[in-house]
Amino acid sequence: MTRPIHDFRLLRPQSVDAVIEARSMHENSRIVAGGTDLIVNLRRGIGRPSVLISLDGVEEIGQTFVSPDGARIGSGVTIAAVLADRELAAKFPALAAAAMTIAGPSHRNLATVGGNLCLDTRCIYYNQSEWWRASNGYCLKHRGEVCHVAPQGDRCHAVFSGDLAPALLVHGAEVELAGSGGRRRMPLADLYREDGRAHLTLADDEILVGVHLKHESLRSGYAKVRTRKAMDFPLAGVAVALDGNVGALRALRVALTGTNSCPVLLQGTDELLGKPVDEALLKSIDKLVQRQAQPVRTTLASANYRRLAAAGLARRLTDSLATGNASVS
Amino acid sequence: MSSQPPPRKQIVRMRVNGRWREDAVADHALLVDYLRETAGLTGTKTGCDGGECGACAVLVDGVAVPSCITLAARCDGHSVETIEGMAQGGRLHRLQKAFHEQLGAQCGFCTPGMIMAAEALLRKNPKPTEAEIRSALSGNLCRCTGYVKIVKAVQIAAEAGS
Ligand SMILES: Cc1cc2nc3c(=O)[nH]c(=O)nc-3n(C[C@H](O)[C@H](O)[C@H](O)COP(=O)(O)OP(=O)(O)OC[C@H]3O[C@@H](n4cnc5c(N)ncnc54)[C@H](O)[C@@H]3O)c2cc1C
Ligand code: SF4
Ligand code: FES
Ligand code: FES
Repeated sequence: MTRPIHDFRLLRPQSVDAVIEARSMHENSRIVAGGTDLIVNLRRGIGRPSVLISLDGVEEIGQTFVSPDGARIGSGVTIAAVLADRELAAKFPALAAAAMTIAGPSHRNLATVGGNLCLDTRCIYYNQSEWWRASNGYCLKHRGEVCHVAPQGDRCHAVFSGDLAPALLVHGAEVELAGSGGRRRMPLADLYREDGRAHLTLADDEILVGVHLKHESLRSGYAKVRTRKAMDFPLAGVAVALDGNVGALRALRVALTGTNSCPVLLQGTDELLGKPVDEALLKSIDKLVQRQAQPVRTTLASANYRRLAAAGLARRLTDSLATGNASVS
Repeated sequence: MSSQPPPRKQIVRMRVNGRWREDAVADHALLVDYLRETAGLTGTKTGCDGGECGACAVLVDGVAVPSCITLAARCDGHSVETIEGMAQGGRLHRLQKAFHEQLGAQCGFCTPGMIMAAEALLRKNPKPTEAEIRSALSGNLCRCTGYVKIVKAVQIAAEAGS
């Protein structure tokens, strides 16, 4: 038998309200959607919730609605369902491109959009077996006192590695949250903070119910580098959305994953609007990415490699989208 | 540990390889352990410590999932298919036959997961290209074959039709 997970109670409420009520009633509880991140961590002894609240019975969050103006994607929609939705892919190309690179095909049948956006941060000192972490004295993120990546500091630099977030950020996504105080909507970027131990701004009793997207006719794409191309988290992942052509850009948004403790919507791209897409502009993008990507040694690949890779991907994607050759992925 | 109360169990109804069964299953039990320990179907393997290798792939409602990170209780009311359900009436399934004849299996540890992932592909896409086969099996690791003969076996099985 596989090493058993600790004992917990599994609740399967049927509505968003019932989920929130269960969350408020059970202090030491966790939400589980597809489980492809959480169950892996629980199997490794990371966290000991006494109650798991499964979202699989909540109908409201399991559907996608696409209209001429945009789309609403429920947080419980699977990555496989995102990939199967041609309308969504036509309106938001980066989203489908990113979804295609998430985990393996069998994971994508379980994995959800909400789980991907709320993915735990990752680090070579954290995503290890209990035995491995125990022999290393654990670390700041879980059970330990020191960060092995930056021992002088007092923060955790574990990296956010979800692929969907940057694709949704460049399409201006908003997230809809539900909690005991009611519902609220905010820009996706506000869901995150730069802290590897607490990278989500969700309140304890809040869950993500859906993502709202406005259709803006942007060309977009997503590309990532990873150690193993068949199936792996990004060492650096970049989404770009733009409007215009090589003569002049009318809109440009760039977002990163795999480099910081939260996904990064690149600041400063507005200053590049109206300019032709030439070597000077690509250099400016390269510089912006290199400044705002802040990888530290949380992966086997070096931090500098990840910074350079992010910059390179951003240049290449911008160039190919502007010239109309959107096949980079 | 004897000081702990026994885990909470629920009655779970699952259609396993076409036959409904009912078992008392602990909330924290994984589907792979339920299949191997409770249902006695040891064809499904565990090859890693969670989600990385594909050896545990089974079909739930016709699509492949990694059973080592799926809670058994969440399959209540659903249909699960394992490698044991593939041969019918003593005759090997076309994928089993092709894996055997094309030497798609060496040590055989990855084979049940490979075959279930390939079966999920062929049900959706009966005539896949080589790239589609490689993509569908991209979550399944094999330490022996080098994959060439696995891909060939799936191609031969696809040509053989259902
Ligand atoms: C081998 C392997 C490779 C992988 N490769 C990738 C990859 O390349 N790219 C990538 O992005 N991911 C990858 N993953 C991680 C994972 O499969 C995906 O990120 C997936 O989308 C997570 O979704 P889930 O529904 O399974 O999340 P779960 O595991 O169910 O949940 C993840 C976290 O989000 C929380 N959560 C889930 N839903 C909600 C909600 N609605 N509201 C609030 N909190 C919520 C949970 O409490 C948990 O903390 C990989 C996983 C494995 C095992
Ligand atoms: S960055 Fe430091 S504290 Fe965070 S998981 Fe890695 S070693 Fe632990
Ligand atoms: S045992 Fe399930 S993926 Fe390895
Ligand atoms: S045949 Fe041995 S692992 Fe694939």
